Amino acid sequence: MARRDRYRLNLSPLLGPFLGLGRGEGLRPNLYDLALFILIAAAFVMLAHGAREMAGPVLKLTAEPVTLDPANLPEYALRTVLRMFAAILASLLFTFVVATLAAKSRRAELVIIPALDILQSVPVLGFLTFTVVYFLNLFPNSQLGPECAAIFAIFTSQAWNMAFSFYQSLRTVPADLDEASRHFGLSPWLRFWRLEAPFAAPGLIWNTMMSMSGGWFFVVASEAITVGNTTVKLPGIGSWLALAIDARDVKAVLLAVGTMAAVILAYDQLLFRPIVAWADKFRFEQTAAQLQPKSWVYDLWRRARLVRRLADLLGAATAFLPRRRHAARRRASRPTSRLADIAWLAVVLLAVAWALWRIVEFVDVTLGPRDVLQAAGLGLITLVRVAVLIALASLVWVPIGVWVGLRPWLATRVQPVAQFLAAFPANVLFPIAVVAIVHWRLNPNIWLSPLMVLGTQWYILFNVIAGASAFPTDLREAASLFHLRSWQWWRKVILPGILPYYVTGALTASGGSWNASIVAEVASWGDTRLEAVGLGSYIANATAAGDYARVVLGIGVMSVLVVSCNRLIWRPLYRLAERRYRLS
Amino acid sequence: MDALLQVDGVRQRYPKGSGEPLLVLDGVSLRMRENEIVSLLGRSGCGKSSLLRIIAGLLPASEGHVAIEGHTVDGPAEQVAMVFQSFALFPWLTVLENVEIGLEAQGVVAAERHRRAIAAIDLIGLDGYESAYPKELSGGMRQRVGLARALVVHPKVLLMDEPFSALDVLTAETLRTDLLDLWGEGRMPISSILLVTHNIEEAVLMSDRILVFSSNPGRIVAEIPVSLPQPRNRLDPTFRQLVDDIYALMTAKPGGRPQVGFPGTGIAMLLPLLSPNLLAGLLEAVAAEPYRGHADLPALAGSLQMEIDDLFPVAETLQLLRFAELAEGDLRLSDAGRRFVDLDQDGRKRLFAQHLLAYVPLAAHVKRVLDERGTHRAPASRFRDELEDHMSEQFADQTLRAVITWGRYAEAFAYDEATGIFSLDDPG
Repeated sequence: MARRDRYRLNLSPLLGPFLGLGRGEGLRPNLYDLALFILIAAAFVMLAHGAREMAGPVLKLTAEPVTLDPANLPEYALRTVLRMFAAILASLLFTFVVATLAAKSRRAELVIIPALDILQSVPVLGFLTFTVVYFLNLFPNSQLGPECAAIFAIFTSQAWNMAFSFYQSLRTVPADLDEASRHFGLSPWLRFWRLEAPFAAPGLIWNTMMSMSGGWFFVVASEAITVGNTTVKLPGIGSWLALAIDARDVKAVLLAVGTMAAVILAYDQLLFRPIVAWADKFRFEQTAAQLQPKSWVYDLWRRARLVRRLADLLGAATAFLPRRRHAARRRASRPTSRLADIAWLAVVLLAVAWALWRIVEFVDVTLGPRDVLQAAGLGLITLVRVAVLIALASLVWVPIGVWVGLRPWLATRVQPVAQFLAAFPANVLFPIAVVAIVHWRLNPNIWLSPLMVLGTQWYILFNVIAGASAFPTDLREAASLFHLRSWQWWRKVILPGILPYYVTGALTASGGSWNASIVAEVASWGDTRLEAVGLGSYIANATAAGDYARVVLGIGVMSVLVVSCNRLIWRPLYRLAERRYRLS
Repeated sequence: MDALLQVDGVRQRYPKGSGEPLLVLDGVSLRMRENEIVSLLGRSGCGKSSLLRIIAGLLPASEGHVAIEGHTVDGPAEQVAMVFQSFALFPWLTVLENVEIGLEAQGVVAAERHRRAIAAIDLIGLDGYESAYPKELSGGMRQRVGLARALVVHPKVLLMDEPFSALDVLTAETLRTDLLDLWGEGRMPISSILLVTHNIEEAVLMSDRILVFSSNPGRIVAEIPVSLPQPRNRLDPTFRQLVDDIYALMTAKPGGRPQVGFPGTGIAMLLPLLSPNLLAGLLEAVAAEPYRGHADLPALAGSLQMEIDDLFPVAETLQLLRFAELAEGDLRLSDAGRRFVDLDQDGRKRLFAQHLLAYVPLAAHVKRVLDERGTHRAPASRFRDELEDHMSEQFADQTLRAVITWGRYAEAFAYDEATGIFSLDDPG
């Protein structure tokens, strides 16, 4: 006891940390506060307005149908943005709960992880057929029904990726930090917010951004949807676009393109850039980075004194949440008995068998082996389309990406553009392509195909740019000293160097193309209807006809094809790239 | 009266591939009193870090009992605080927040937390860095944060797990001196320090008692009281003698026979992954002036700037290959070792190949299998499976890589990384 409490006397911090007096800052608001207040207040006003509209009665949809009046476009854009927002929040909630469960419980992991893995590959638009009907019945007479269906469609395009990323972060928490937090007795709650969530943040935010890119595509596709006799047109950019197509209104289509671009830019600047700049401090690197992400909104936030203090106060309020030291003091989990494991596995297998039987029964009533063969054949046609298009896109974008990536000043300018293009929902551009096909009387079987990679090719471009930018300078210098030229340079130097990045990009692009096939293989312009033979058009036609059995069959076949492609081609390639060509 | 810290008959086993689990700690007992610094000295892999984690309650012992002030430890213990080798700071928390984390977990109110954290930060000499992030600090500063974080919870025993080994020599020395000063002046709110280290001089410099660990399995083989007054002088003859004695102790088995450091026998011997260039380099260094084939290990470690954890595996591999002999803290070249130094590149390879196949059972085994097979090819998985019967996956991998590296240098056999196949092909 002799050595206790002999700290050097220190008087400075008695006033408490909240006021931030020690840092020479006060509560006096400054100009940045004003700017930020206006931004935040506007966001709240719009949220409230949109939320009130969303919960309105369903009759309002028929009483005030979507019109092509440009005055309404800002309102529609707002509604679309809110849907995205709701879906992101739902995905985050899902991620925190499900991924945490999978990381903490071995039995839950056994079910959740394979399920997420499959769900990632299932064509999202296929879900829409069922969820629209489900949600319409869940909220009869309220707009919430179709709203939820649309939000759910966006949710399904994001949640699985995000949960997967979070789960992987939780499983790779550095051993020493894990030990330190157990050693200092952090409760599970504190551990989550001090260790796990910050560690996972950069990966999760990056994945959320990527998922958002996909999300815009689905929000456009899901706002105006027809399932059998039910047709829903929710106020939004997607419905505006559908209406413009019916009316053959080129000007309205162009307006939608412009609005979409503005909305995505705003989302990027006001939401994601600030978050990425803020999350930079969570990167698990002990050295300071040379290149820090920047955001003017985040700078504004950091300069605004009062708002930040208030936020700190809010954060401090959460500090009173329960956190007993002893909560964390459970012993290392006991080895569970094999018998219980086997029982659990049996339950899971039984559930799977029952589900499979139900599906077969459902499909079997109306369909025979011939239908299965037909769907499989169509699947192969679409597979050929995806393969050829990814190959073509690679031939174009790999050289361009390398050329750009090796020029840093150019890369920093092109990279945001490529990311923007990847986020831009290609289906907004479809009508323009369809007009061209109709005008020149082109073969839709060939000329509708490029639409499938219209939105997804950019993933290849910006991943290759990232790879080429990260290529070590000394290797480039060595290559030029040895006078490696043209083909030899590509084969021995740069292609192996960017392979891990290229594979990531191509994998994302092919997954997106499968999804896009459902909307790209069937396109219309007014009453002109173009169709390419393939699994995508098969599903789209079945959906429009309300033929659930064929929808299930089509989605099943597509899922099997996507999963097999991933397992047989992309994963082995990715592992090879990681093992042999990762430059660390 | 209860001892401050009491460890009785602790054993620790880790499951491995199949068969017997690996025994890491065997019957370790120790006592700590108030007001002393005790070092656990041993080579990496001797289980001393495992023991520290068992004492901290982070790792349950397979057998045995740990008590602090009479209270049995059966979960993260409150009376101890640990300083980690890798610092283990949260990179997204500031220095102040990192120091506060233990208090926050205890539910100490914010103002009190802040006051105590600032006091600890000042004590450890980090004033002015409160709002910095760990990545902005140098290694030495980071470890000071780690120290402040441990002290701020007022532990009875401060556990230090190789706290200076991730730092450069000068920084480590400064931090050691500062720590000893604070200790000497009684300004740290702790009763005792338990220090894990593989650095013999560090142990002699800092401790009141040194507990020397043997490897495979970890046992306490000696307890050495150090009564030299603080501050201690590394050049003091008594200090040097003590260091020499401990070197001799660590290179000799209790029976006096030289210790072959690698666990396992026959093809299941766990081999260190060392480059043939490093082996040749040490042979040359010992053959040259001033050692002329016979070097005192502390002197050699000093002149090569190697720690015992770096030096011992190399010396022991040379002993395994019969190029040198380790005894009494000395390294002596054999005739073959002297011959090796004088040969040209091809001659060295031939001699290395002879010794590799004669004295490393796994290398001989691989060669024999390749010779017997008509195709002269064999997959690595075949040998990996054999090894995993005796050791963990990770050690099996390390051992196989060591044999591949040495076999390639000796041109005894070839290995294709992409296919994972051993062969007798000449890669040309």
